[in-house]
Amino acid sequence: LLSTHLSTIGKDTNIKKGDGIGAEITDSVKTIFKAENVPVQWEQVDVTGLVEPANSLAEYPDAYQEAIRSLQRNKVGLKGILYTPVDRTGHPSFNVALRKELDIFASLALIKNIPGVETRLKDIDMVLVRENTEGEYSGLEHRPTPDIVESLKIITSYNSERIGRFAFDFAITNNRKKVTVIHKANIMKASDGLFRATIKKLGEQYPQITVNDMIVDNASMQAVSWPQQFDVLVTPNLYGTILSNIGAGLIGGPGLVPGASIGREHAVFEPGCRHVGLDIKGRNSANPTAMILSAVMMLRHLGLDGYADRISKATYDVIAEGKTRTPDLGGNNTTTEFTRAILDQLEKA
Amino acid sequence: MIEGDGIGVEISEAVKDIYKAAKVPIDWELADVTPIFVDGKTSIPPEAIESINKNKVALKGPLATPVGKGHVSLNLTLRRTFNLFANVRPCKSVVGFQTPYEDVDTVLIRENTEGEYSGIEHVVVPGVVQSIKLITRAASERVARYAFEYARSIGKKKVLVVHKATVMKYGDGLFLESAQKIAKEFPDIEIHTELIDRTCLNMVTNPAPYKEYVMVMPNLYGDIMSDLSSGLIGGLGLTPSGNMGDEVSIFEAVHGSAPDIAGKGLANPTALLLSSVMMLRHMGLNDEAARIEKAVLDTIASGKENITRDLKGTASTKHFTEQVISRL
Ligand SMILES: Nc1ncnc2c1ncn2[C@@H]1O[C@H](COP(=O)(O)OP(=O)(O)OP(=O)(O)O)[C@@H](O)[C@H]1O
Ligand SMILES: Nc1ncnc2c1ncn2[C@@H]1O[C@H](COP(=O)(O)OP(=O)(O)OP(=O)(O)O)[C@@H](O)[C@H]1O
Ligand SMILES: [Mg+2]
Ligand SMILES: [Mg+2]
Repeated sequence: LLSTHLSTIGKDTNIKKGDGIGAEITDSVKTIFKAENVPVQWEQVDVTGLVEPANSLAEYPDAYQEAIRSLQRNKVGLKGILYTPVDRTGHPSFNVALRKELDIFASLALIKNIPGVETRLKDIDMVLVRENTEGEYSGLEHRPTPDIVESLKIITSYNSERIGRFAFDFAITNNRKKVTVIHKANIMKASDGLFRATIKKLGEQYPQITVNDMIVDNASMQAVSWPQQFDVLVTPNLYGTILSNIGAGLIGGPGLVPGASIGREHAVFEPGCRHVGLDIKGRNSANPTAMILSAVMMLRHLGLDGYADRISKATYDVIAEGKTRTPDLGGNNTTTEFTRAILDQLEKA
Repeated sequence: MIEGDGIGVEISEAVKDIYKAAKVPIDWELADVTPIFVDGKTSIPPEAIESINKNKVALKGPLATPVGKGHVSLNLTLRRTFNLFANVRPCKSVVGFQTPYEDVDTVLIRENTEGEYSGIEHVVVPGVVQSIKLITRAASERVARYAFEYARSIGKKKVLVVHKATVMKYGDGLFLESAQKIAKEFPDIEIHTELIDRTCLNMVTNPAPYKEYVMVMPNLYGDIMSDLSSGLIGGLGLTPSGNMGDEVSIFEAVHGSAPDIAGKGLANPTALLLSSVMMLRHMGLNDEAARIEKAVLDTIASGKENITRDLKGTASTKHFTEQVISRL
């Protein structure tokens, strides 16, 4: 479990807690897992992004090294979101460094209406698959003079193919029918053109999946007017953050969007739109749903479907009933009270 | 007037008809911007350049930009030729036209000359491509200054800089730093900053608070956020845009050429009309602007039979145009 606490799953899983609300929402997960006797032992690593970003991972404080080692040992983790300061040092954030170090190339965000949460648009059920290692997040920037900056966006056929394959496999495994490639190939003809062409070509190997593509500006417009058309979306890095946040806004906020970051060997489960929530930190008011549902995804990943089913059902039931709500959903209950309500629900079940 | 491709011809016709009926004191001079290639570069024909330089303002329909045909888009070429550095995109809910969002009233200024649209890309080795996002202090300061001046001119007290400087620390960092520097010249206007992810989230959750701001952002974010805002109010068929330079301004509909419905008399001329209204205000023809704007918005609010199919109505371009004229 990587929670600003990172938590990796203990011995076997790792928690990191994350900055901001990370600690509060990972605590909620730990409480629920404990009450349910989920056979997962947490190995908790507390790290914070509130440090100077460093040149390389080796220069980060020990807790960071430990977080990586814990994930390397356990392969699976649950993670809060780490704060990235807006500064000018030019170093990638630890969130980015971690993904690079472990080659965690795919990021998932599940955008789905939750029964009981009133929204302007209904029947939304889409999955964002986002390339997580390159694109605009390459961290490569040059400053030939103090007045000019070139930021490099890198797109490779290797990573495009890998994320494309992930999206198609995800679609098939989860019984989804359509994959939409998001790009801006009319402007970035070479880079986004490569992303688009690679994935569309790959799509020919998946005749059971419909493949189409859409430019990112149009997709953003479509998302707020006709989101029901989307099933699985596959995007380069930056468009992923944009669309996941639009998606979060549609279904009721980042507190409801679970997610995961997945590599060849590691799977780190974390809220899908990666907000730190510094503004509400320490108030016991964060909605832990995104984190709980991310943990549920983790349980399924570990083959613990029975536990996953029970916990997700209890969580959905509490939300549908509508009596216990955190402030982001217009209620005035605390994180602890919401967690308690889930525990009560689990006891009843 | 640059009529443009596809539905451009039909929507330009509608504008001309309505302007004639409203007795707007404008003589249209048509400019054909069908590109020519000079030394392998996409260029605008000299006659068109001359016409636009002489008139200082132009109204432009959509120009088709095929995906991946290997030449620079004509829209981009126009922006570069006339150094149209700021793109102004207002977006306001149309009273009487229902969408899931009712309280949208945003304005964003998009940097129009560089950023992700630099057009500089390299194939490093086969299978590895880099695109360069170019941010310069000069362009960043210029667009920031425009945003502050614009805010002042429309009576808004806050400018919001939208960025992603957590990831593009130098590039977006320079954009941010430039805006912060320019802000000092405008003590009457507050500067605020926000990460693009947060802006997307908040705008979709509740757009109302953005009323207070003029937003300013690098090129690609402006492209995306303006389409998103249009989506909130009912689509690109309803939103105008102005490309502002030091000498010349070109007002345009931001939607595409819609080849699927071109020539069928179904296109919605609203975006071009509202762009022309921005143009009238820019020219100081405020009364004409107000009259035409009101007639257009009233028509849209008047029911399905008077609006086009993109707005889930049943009207033809011609019927819509007649309805606008009858309300002048
Ligand atoms: N689990 C949650 N429950 C309730 N609200 C949340 C949750 N996660 C995020 N939020 C809210 O979503 C908004 C965005 O989160 P956050 O503060 O992390 O934004 P950010 O863009 O990551 O950071 P910044 O504050 O630097 O813009 C905040 O208002 C935050 O309180
Ligand atoms: N003014 C309009 N009136 C009616 N429908 C429109 C209008 N503009 C666009 N559309 C519709 O919106 C959809 C998107 O069209 P659009 O041409 O903008 O796509 P595009 O891919 O951006 O094209 P382009 O490459 O020309 O910019 C089409 O189905 C089109 O019919
Ligand atoms: Mg964030
Ligand atoms: Mg666009």
